[in-house]
Amino acid sequence: MSSTENTRTRTVVTGVAVAAPGGLGTDEWWKSALTGRSGISAITRFDTDRFPSRLAGQILDFEAGDHLPSRLLPQTDVSTRYALAAADRALADAGVTPETLPDYDMGVVTANALGGFDFTHREFSKLWSQGPEFVSVYESFAWFYAVNTGQISIRNSMRGPSAALVAEQAGGLDAIGHACRTVRHGTKLVLSGGVDSALDPWGWASQLAGGLVSTDPDPARAYRPFDADASGYVPGEGGAILIVEDAASARERSARTVYGEIAGYAATFDPKPGSGRPPGLRRAAELALEDAGLAPGDVDVVFADAAGVPALDRAEAEAISGLFGARGVPVTAPKALTGRMYAGGGPVDVVTALLAIRDGVVPPTPGTGDVPEEYGLDLVRGEPRELPVSTALVLARGRWGFNSAVVLTAATD
Amino acid sequence: MSTMTLDDLRRILVACAGEDDGTDVSGDILDSSFEDLGYDSLALMESAARIKQEFGVDLSDDDVADIDTPRALLDLVNGRVSPAAVAS
Repeated sequence: MSSTENTRTRTVVTGVAVAAPGGLGTDEWWKSALTGRSGISAITRFDTDRFPSRLAGQILDFEAGDHLPSRLLPQTDVSTRYALAAADRALADAGVTPETLPDYDMGVVTANALGGFDFTHREFSKLWSQGPEFVSVYESFAWFYAVNTGQISIRNSMRGPSAALVAEQAGGLDAIGHACRTVRHGTKLVLSGGVDSALDPWGWASQLAGGLVSTDPDPARAYRPFDADASGYVPGEGGAILIVEDAASARERSARTVYGEIAGYAATFDPKPGSGRPPGLRRAAELALEDAGLAPGDVDVVFADAAGVPALDRAEAEAISGLFGARGVPVTAPKALTGRMYAGGGPVDVVTALLAIRDGVVPPTPGTGDVPEEYGLDLVRGEPRELPVSTALVLARGRWGFNSAVVLTAATD
Repeated sequence: MSTMTLDDLRRILVACAGEDDGTDVSGDILDSSFEDLGYDSLALMESAARIKQEFGVDLSDDDVADIDTPRALLDLVNGRVSPAAVAS
């Protein structure tokens, strides 16, 4: 949609909820981000002796029964429980109840990359050890990428246009972008975001199979994006849910908080390896800025994808310094505190960027020490950096070529 | 075991599908509809699988779809308890 259309529907964020390691709840997460409290620790869910990587960003203080009715427990994977609880809190934050709008004016768009590994692993175990008749009928949907969208929709009577997106670690931003598109097409309110979790032995094996997970046993050193000695990433679990609304409709219902506007979004795909053409991340950022009607000079901070893998860090640094000039914009990656949360990572970055806009402070990238000079990055390190933030760019990449970018701006009214 | 009691059914329903927030399954629910009790067709299919494991009675999907109340379910199961299950 052209950025020159000044009549275009504006989409704002009126409610947020984070479920992240070291930060269950938005305020807790923001405190963690600003103080550098890490959620990365030795995996406690299962015996990791036979795995080369043993650290993860774990949510350790979530009792499902405290957040959800027992009716939902036998049919939900841990990832869906986080998603449902976060959805409840985001709706409460936005002051939205099922009665706020007609069912069909409220949609749900979430992303998921891992499905319900933990649930499925338990059912497979029953299949092999006891027989097929012991496999739960709820396995039919509990594993599925669309289950968070479906369960949130059913629980909250949100029957407007809904979708589920899968694009590995870029999917969370794609969900938010698609939520905006849905609002622009006339749905007044869309609950969006992404949540992932796969910290069971089978889920863990699948994550390690990608070959990018750090084997460093030191929680303080294992995931150091953009560090000269970066050794891979640490997986995390969790994510964030946002309430995305038509700005006019939000005003009409006197929404109590407007965290900011989702001003632009774009996604690109990398060219075939060996083609000689550059990766697509920079182009995603450029297109998202164009969608927002903004120029690189308008951006106050970039939340990086921050793969923590040297070749990927270098490629991202080239995209950022190519677009903004060497050390041309503050860059940060607070996700080093949580690990990479797959479809949950982008939405948490979006919430964090909105809080940076609200409070005029950019949380640091913890742990990263020596950033190669040739990266040309002004990486916020050590302490939070106070600066007025009116525009933030959030980047995410998914394995095998997905690139997504979201531009957030301060609310204008 | 020989027959399935209402308490057995309560235990199985709660184990397989939890409890609905607004409903008390501990009371006189024999003639309440499963719908009013908050149990949908999937909840009943899951419970049927457990009933088969415990009581040896195989309820088809059609059986499950036709059953409205705990009384109807108990009557069907107890009318079909297999000799093998009784013997065990």
